[in-house]
Amino acid sequence: MWNWIQRFSSPKHFYSMSVPLIKWLSISALLIGLYGLYLGLFVAPTDYQQGESYRIIFIHVPAAWMSLFVYMVMAISSGIGIIWQIRLADMVAAASAPIGASFAFLALVTGSLWGKPMWGAYWVWDARLTSELILLFLYLGYMALQSAIDDQRSADKASGLLAIVGVVNIPIIHYSVEWWNTLHQGATVTKFDTPSMHIDMLIPLLLMALAFKLFYATIVLMRTRNEALYRDRNRRWVRELVEKL
Amino acid sequence: MLKAFYHLLVRDLRLAMRNRHELINPLIFFVLVVSLFPLAITPTPDALQAMAPGVIWVSALLAVLLSLDRIFKLDYEDGSLDQLMLSPNPLMILVLAKVFAHWLLTGLPLVIIAPLLGMFMSLPAEAITVLIYSLLLGTPVLSLVGAIGVSLTVAVNRGGVLLSLIILPLYIPILIFGANAVDVAMHGSSVKGQLLFLGAMLALSLSLAPLATAVALRITAAR
Repeated sequence: MWNWIQRFSSPKHFYSMSVPLIKWLSISALLIGLYGLYLGLFVAPTDYQQGESYRIIFIHVPAAWMSLFVYMVMAISSGIGIIWQIRLADMVAAASAPIGASFAFLALVTGSLWGKPMWGAYWVWDARLTSELILLFLYLGYMALQSAIDDQRSADKASGLLAIVGVVNIPIIHYSVEWWNTLHQGATVTKFDTPSMHIDMLIPLLLMALAFKLFYATIVLMRTRNEALYRDRNRRWVRELVEKL
Repeated sequence: MLKAFYHLLVRDLRLAMRNRHELINPLIFFVLVVSLFPLAITPTPDALQAMAPGVIWVSALLAVLLSLDRIFKLDYEDGSLDQLMLSPNPLMILVLAKVFAHWLLTGLPLVIIAPLLGMFMSLPAEAITVLIYSLLLGTPVLSLVGAIGVSLTVAVNRGGVLLSLIILPLYIPILIFGANAVDVAMHGSSVKGQLLFLGAMLALSLSLAPLATAVALRITAAR
């Protein structure tokens, strides 16, 4: 088992393994995303309170979910990298950070675009927007630490530890919804027994969430490949790859 | 183990006492920053009171942040940090001693001077009491969490801005509950919840932060 993990997680093996994965993941992300957008933008009914502008949730909510999810991935793979010394896990963590930061940024931008017609202002210090902003700061701190340390091994370990410490903030982000009673709407999706969201809106939302997840998987694999190439640029397997070209 | 804790604590305090002016700098900074705000606005008591909890807490945060370097920087530069890590005592305990010394030297003075700043910002007496309690519970957390950041950045050249970048987001919950406690006290409501929450965060960081700091120090030392 251990040998198998070791072999599977070698950057060289990963580099060739990931080619078909990227192909199928990207195709399914594209198809599901297009279908979800079609359902969300054209089929889903107009909201009786928010009109058409609610439709931005099909981007906003999946992006916000992903920004949390990617941070968890980052922290877990950092933990794997620190505990079991698996280099590939460190590469995945480092490759995930800019993607997660982009998702957090996207969630903030779409949130404030939605806020303009709803709240009358682009920015309101609402609990969830604020926690999203803090999450973005956590990503930026991680990336700053990662790039400030020259030695790759200790950069990975140091920023990995920071990611694990930052995970303490994730539950705070989650519970902020209950702590601060604010302008933002309460959670509407997890209540499956009495859905407060119309099923025609829920399905495209879940489809978009799935598409975002597949999109992230595609991008993280591509970025990890680059990371592997860059970090192993002086190793034999990369040289052999280059010579083949 | 306790002996090691005690000796390291005494050593750090003694070293700081030999260099007193550096000790007082964060304190002056704290008072200075708070007194800038009335100058920047029209200082009516109402306006001052409204911004007082936030201003005092943010200034305390920054004062602690600027003094964090002191926990490990000098020990890192002269090599005594490596010696500490070679000692047979658990590194967590030694970290705890150093952080405690840091709190005694920066956090506690901030708590002591806070009533003066409360008066500057025309806070009512009951709010000043709560301000002291909230700082008393909150500033140790700032030192504990800050120690993680310092141990990660101590080997980085010009790590100051980097340190604030990675540590300030982690300080936000403390800021929220600390400032909110003072704000609520000013309006005469019960602040038990906020203070209990600060206490919970203190317990959490007291048990976990030294562990993370010890790991971070080993990462830094392995470089």
